[in-house]
Amino acid sequence: MKKKLPQQSLENPPVLQDGLIAGWPICLGYVPIGLAFGVLAQKAGLNPLEIGLMSILVFAGSSQFIAVSMLSAGASTLAIVMTTFMVNLRHVLMSSSLAVFLENVSRAKVSLMAYGVTDESFAVNHPRWSQGRWDIDRALVVNHSANLAWIISTVLGGVGGQFIPAGALGIDYALIAMFICLLIFQLKSRIYVITAIIAGVAAVVLALVIPGNSYIILAAIIAATIGLVAKRYAQ
Amino acid sequence: MISHDYLTVVVGMGLVTFLPRWAPLFFLSQRKLPLWFIEWLDLIPAAILSALLIPALVTTGEPRELVLKTELWVALPTFLFAVKTKSLGGTVVVGMLLFWLAGKIP
Repeated sequence: MKKKLPQQSLENPPVLQDGLIAGWPICLGYVPIGLAFGVLAQKAGLNPLEIGLMSILVFAGSSQFIAVSMLSAGASTLAIVMTTFMVNLRHVLMSSSLAVFLENVSRAKVSLMAYGVTDESFAVNHPRWSQGRWDIDRALVVNHSANLAWIISTVLGGVGGQFIPAGALGIDYALIAMFICLLIFQLKSRIYVITAIIAGVAAVVLALVIPGNSYIILAAIIAATIGLVAKRYAQ
Repeated sequence: MISHDYLTVVVGMGLVTFLPRWAPLFFLSQRKLPLWFIEWLDLIPAAILSALLIPALVTTGEPRELVLKTELWVALPTFLFAVKTKSLGGTVVVGMLLFWLAGKIP
């Protein structure tokens, strides 16, 4: 399997090319966040090896930030692991949503794919798949190039991120801008617009009243459910 | 050197992050899903993206509070650019540029 991958991409260059064209905004967006994470982790007493190990094993931005702040506050292993679980539970929805495209995919590739399901890779892969112009290999290129960008930038941040000026070239806005455009891709008809508006309002209200980031999963479930009921009612 | 305690933390974190990503892909991909569930899942991306994006534009701090901030003002032209061009790369570059310029305004 390992030997076959590079061979396939040589025979069929568009796989690698398509994946990288789709994935580069994610990689670009991860750089400032990864550097920032590396700097924070280093200040919390982690060395570049430890930072890299966390990025490889966990690969989830927000929970890594939280874990580092909990580590430096002396939190217990159990508390850190439980918090990570809560923060990343939202990926259940994304993976469920992606599962419909993976009917004929080998279980090994499904597992490799699962490792790289993030907010960003999901947002890039899902619309392409639902338009029927995507496959598992291209999705794996997106997921794992993003993964690589994350690992490298967090380690670099740990080594020397303090030399990079804060806010250089507005790069902190890269992920927000990407989400804006990806949201627009999703607004395919009125029902999607309605669902997105409900989700946005619900998310803001919930974010104000509950700490942590469970507001994302709650708002998404509420909005998709109301959207589905509205769609069925209208038919 | 990596301590035993740190290794326990990151392996534990890795497991609880991987399982929610893996279980639905692994178990749901092998069976036929009911139509209502597929339709529901189809609405999830728009819902999640909006739920991720909007609070990042209008809230700040911990505990969070409602604010009008640069992220929001920059989002308006970025949004228009994205609607007009449908270009992901272009939108990212324009958004970054506008945010950078907005930071130059005293």
